[in-house]
Amino acid sequence: MEASTEAARGPVRGNTWDRVQKYIGQYGLIAVLLIMPVAFGLHDLATDGNLTRLGNNLVAGLSNGAIWALIALGYTLVYGIIELINFAHGEVFMIGSLVTAAWFWGVIGLTEETAILGLVLGLLASLIVAMLTSGTLNVMIERVAYRPLRTAPKLAPLITAVGMSFILQNVGILWIGGSQEGVAQLVNPQKQLFEIGGVVVHQGDVLAIGVTIPLVLLLTSFINQSRMGRAMRATAQDPEAARLMGINVDTTISLTFLAGGLMAGAAGLVYALYQTTIWYFQGFQAGLIAFTAAVMGGIGNLQGAVLGGFIIGIIQQTSDNRIGGEWTPAIVFAYLVLIMVFRPQGLLGEETREAG
Amino acid sequence: MPKPKTDQQTLLAAAVAVPLIIIFTSQLLDMSMGMALILGVLILLRLLYADDRRVTIAVMVGILIWAVYLPLAHEENSEFLGIAVLILAYSVMALGLNIIVGYAGLLDLGYVAFFALGALTAGWFMSGFYAEAGKGGDGISFLVSDPAASLPGIHLNFVIVAILAIIICAIAGMLIGLPTLRLRGDYIAIVTLAFGEIIGRIVINGDELHYKDVPLLGGPLEDLFGTGANFSAGRQGITPIDKIDFPGIEPFKSLDLRPWFWTALVLVLIVLFVNYRLRDSRLGRAWIALREDEVAAASMGVPLVKTKLLAYATGAAFGGMAGVFLASLLNTVNADQFQFFFSIFILAMVILGGLGSIEGVLVGAATLVYINFKFIPDANAKPREWFNLDLDLSELSSAIYGFLLVMMMILRPEGLLPERRRKLELAEHVGVGATTGVGGPDTEVYEARA
Repeated sequence: MEASTEAARGPVRGNTWDRVQKYIGQYGLIAVLLIMPVAFGLHDLATDGNLTRLGNNLVAGLSNGAIWALIALGYTLVYGIIELINFAHGEVFMIGSLVTAAWFWGVIGLTEETAILGLVLGLLASLIVAMLTSGTLNVMIERVAYRPLRTAPKLAPLITAVGMSFILQNVGILWIGGSQEGVAQLVNPQKQLFEIGGVVVHQGDVLAIGVTIPLVLLLTSFINQSRMGRAMRATAQDPEAARLMGINVDTTISLTFLAGGLMAGAAGLVYALYQTTIWYFQGFQAGLIAFTAAVMGGIGNLQGAVLGGFIIGIIQQTSDNRIGGEWTPAIVFAYLVLIMVFRPQGLLGEETREAG
Repeated sequence: MPKPKTDQQTLLAAAVAVPLIIIFTSQLLDMSMGMALILGVLILLRLLYADDRRVTIAVMVGILIWAVYLPLAHEENSEFLGIAVLILAYSVMALGLNIIVGYAGLLDLGYVAFFALGALTAGWFMSGFYAEAGKGGDGISFLVSDPAASLPGIHLNFVIVAILAIIICAIAGMLIGLPTLRLRGDYIAIVTLAFGEIIGRIVINGDELHYKDVPLLGGPLEDLFGTGANFSAGRQGITPIDKIDFPGIEPFKSLDLRPWFWTALVLVLIVLFVNYRLRDSRLGRAWIALREDEVAAASMGVPLVKTKLLAYATGAAFGGMAGVFLASLLNTVNADQFQFFFSIFILAMVILGGLGSIEGVLVGAATLVYINFKFIPDANAKPREWFNLDLDLSELSSAIYGFLLVMMMILRPEGLLPERRRKLELAEHVGVGATTGVGGPDTEVYEARA
């Protein structure tokens, strides 16, 4: 693929230009990624004499990014296997938030006064409920909206995905109404836990990262080591050949949606605990950001999705803190465009893979 | 006298489609019964004489005359005309996007950028937004009549603003296209999506952007637009926008929709002409080659960069043109319109109608505008009227919309009226004659080539 696009660019240009291009291709990306931290780091050193503010941005960014990373995994898994941008994925995440914060906590009587042991057990149960609900929902969406269109033109499932996302948003409206709802502050996310050299780490940060890292490790080892994970990778590579090798492609695709949904459900719970508000529209924005993260990391690549999620979280926090929240989406997307310019296949995407 | 087609498929399509169209347009869309019947007859002729070029041309002329007469058969301020004008305006957008997505196969999820830029152009040059502009704040006006001419702000004629919007959007389209040149497939989608969001953000936060801060050009820009001028009015929105105003006739009124309809019809005809002519041109064939197989097209000598950028520029230009029209019609440039949802709305029209199929895209635009602006609002009132239901459906509107999108795609995955070439690709074993009753001489040219 690369060779052909090279050829398509016409006659080979001068040697200097080639060298410049190669140089940009190698180091431009690193430069782009470092612009903001270095610029603001220097600014901090000049004004405060230390890097505390930047450190705080990084910590908050990482914990925010952990949520995006969990959602991005679902996008990247689904895209890797059926090359579909699952627009309903953000809504699956939203349902994960709603099912725990608006229903399950009330059922098991989890409140801010619950003792620590009950809280831990209750949150574990919530995590399982959120993950199972979102996972099942994602599998059902695939059954209803994508499987009938397996042989249809590539863009048809995109529209059903948007349709499913509208339906789920409506479910959210009927469930909790059209406005943002505050939920019980079960873990008190803004409470300071410890401090390293002036950089404050809150409870919420530990929670977000503490849930994300084990789940990502579990998912990665499942996909890399288990039999079903191998089936998933084989189907992603070539569904037809996988079928011939005796892999049940439909089951494998369902399993992929299940895995993505489980991650989205966990993200939904963490989001409700961390942000302490839920909203029927939260999934839309989160979905857009997480999809951007998946693309930034190289779509179809699990580590890339996680990396992209963290990077976007950090960009968002830094921009919210320094430039102003109203410009944050523009800055995130500008970063995406720059990364695409320097590395069309995403940060960790494979060069040889046909991406479309 | 040509013989009508009498194969089963055509007859079945005619027997089902024509009465449905008549019932649908007259009962649900509130078109007058006479006009609905004429439309039915014209479509019947189109179905039955699909093979005959002369009849097809006659039918097209008939539809054109029918469309020109349509507003006269309705009240000048009727709800039907309101929907019809919107259908036409959105058709311009959808046909523009069809060039990018349908012809060239470049999935664009950020088409809202061009709507935003077009509408913003109208906000700049057709309103009192730049109140300080002109000598002593008297305003600048050109080829417009009172009252707009005597108000402060910049007031240019609609045609000039439309041309400005076309130029601005074409340039923006190329700039957006540039970073996607090395990308493939859905990576293009996400970069265009990113640009759509960035431009939407810039318009929303435009009240923080002052021309005087622009390096080098700051001074001249401020001289032109007045001191302290902003890029946009931000969330507040720019309103009112001048009504369309042609020299020699009175400015359009918001309560008389007929001139708006005819203007929109002219815009649609321009876009249709360009669409049809481009599709069969060298450039159009290059786009289709690109869509089918980029590598093969490149090795056959199709210049990738130029072809792709021209697709973006052409599609963007139409988006901008429709943006100016919609801004003037809706009387506002409201930053909250420029959401990702809008891109999806237009893209859904193209995909639902049938990618690359001009007639399909028109049908898709009409269907979705109808659902969005009439069916969903009506869904709250009509069933209760008919069945005496005691049920509030207004809380279900987006679920109904989503459900309809899913159902339509599952029932017609290739679109309502798919392009013939695409249809052939999808079902290569099915003979051409049996595939569809709808299709004209223009599609037959393809059959010969396919």
